[in-house]
Amino acid sequence: MRDFSYLRASSVEEARRAAAMPATMLLAGGTTLVDLAKCGVTEPERVVDISHLKGLDTIRVDAQGAYIGALAKMNRVAADAAIKSAFPAVSESLWQAASAQIRNMATIGGNLLQRTRCAYFRDPATFPACNKRVPGSGCSALEGVNRGHAVLGTSDDCIATYPGDLAVALIALEAVVHLGDRTVAIDDFFLLPGTTPQKEHAMQPGELITAITIPASPAARRSTYLKVRDRQSYEFAAASAAVGIEFEPDGETIRDIRIGLGGVATKPWRARAVEDALRGKAIEPDIIKSASRLAVEGAVAHGGNHYKIELAPRVVERAILKTGAMA
Amino acid sequence: MTNRTTIHLEINGQNQALEVEPRVTLLDALRDHLQLTGTKKGCDQGQCGACTVHVDGERVLACLTLAAQAEGRKITTVEGLSEPGGELHPVQAAFLDHDAFQCGYCTPGQIMSAVACIREGHAGSDDDIREYMSGNLCRCGAYPHIVEAIREAAKVMS
Repeated sequence: MRDFSYLRASSVEEARRAAAMPATMLLAGGTTLVDLAKCGVTEPERVVDISHLKGLDTIRVDAQGAYIGALAKMNRVAADAAIKSAFPAVSESLWQAASAQIRNMATIGGNLLQRTRCAYFRDPATFPACNKRVPGSGCSALEGVNRGHAVLGTSDDCIATYPGDLAVALIALEAVVHLGDRTVAIDDFFLLPGTTPQKEHAMQPGELITAITIPASPAARRSTYLKVRDRQSYEFAAASAAVGIEFEPDGETIRDIRIGLGGVATKPWRARAVEDALRGKAIEPDIIKSASRLAVEGAVAHGGNHYKIELAPRVVERAILKTGAMA
Repeated sequence: MTNRTTIHLEINGQNQALEVEPRVTLLDALRDHLQLTGTKKGCDQGQCGACTVHVDGERVLACLTLAAQAEGRKITTVEGLSEPGGELHPVQAAFLDHDAFQCGYCTPGQIMSAVACIREGHAGSDDDIREYMSGNLCRCGAYPHIVEAIREAAKVMS
């Protein structure tokens, strides 16, 4: 790891000023930054430690929704009783992410800023070509081992899968990212790779996530996160789905439904076509099955990841039926 | 280049001050600067759990924690689980009783993780133990005995 200068920020303002300097990175939990610095993927000249800042780790839930400070640890949010009750998909997505140790370290703000990454991105010594690392250098994954790569939202420049779980639940529940002076809807916060895969978030230099908010809704209260993977724990999703449903008073007609997809796209993916097909419909297995196919409309496989086009709709279907059956 | 920072840590109940480069991880500070080699370096990239220590009572990975970041925190390593010459911690004793290792390299991390797992209330069933210990890999495959040891230690500690 290349050495860097280290500053322990004593206020949000100081952190923002420092973060506006070139080659500067903010350090919260460290699970992504330290890892990628060791791989030689990120080589900051200055690291600004914000983990000691006070007052940025609040978790508050009221009738309007949830307010989660950027420095709240994944573990604390997952275990929060009010989050579990009003936003179960959020808690479940966090429990199924990473390992107990990493959940104790990693923060919610840092979680949103984890890199969309693949094995080629992480290994600059062996694979110099990576448009995300070195724009214009090419993509080693297109013709490589791409079993875990994305089938939705890809471009000719990058097919790395967005690896997180939490943001998949947040996309479904329409969370908002707070950057101090302004807010960004979560769906706009994450960018498609297009021709600039190195830019993953709608943040400017000198900006810092202070909190996320999640609006309360009946669909948020009846929500789940289903993650299917090669190994039962401590593994990225082969495909995952966050689903929230609000029923009409009859208890079976879908008034509102929200679906986020993980493990298959280059950013946390909102499956709006499935939502549109199901609003006003009864929750019946055949209807759900055919609507779930729409989750992979426009999907493109690159050889090793073709199975995801079959898997993702099944995960969506199962997640919808599971959410519908919630008490 | 003299780019060093002085940090103060409480390690196993003892205050320590050390001067390190900002890039030095807590793991390297423990092993190379303080000669506390009980904490193991396995993958050194957050995937194996061999470097698990407690910071302010919670289990974390020392390989992904910068030493500078741990300023002012209380660190417990496997050396600090029991008094020198004193009785073994119930989890240490259970690992011996249940033969919960083969080569032993992952064991300090397994034990530190298990102590936290039990304290968190995540050792109520074998499924829970497997889920909440998933961040600790054992390449010898001693998992069945590790689960047994944690299950038994949890009973002793409750």
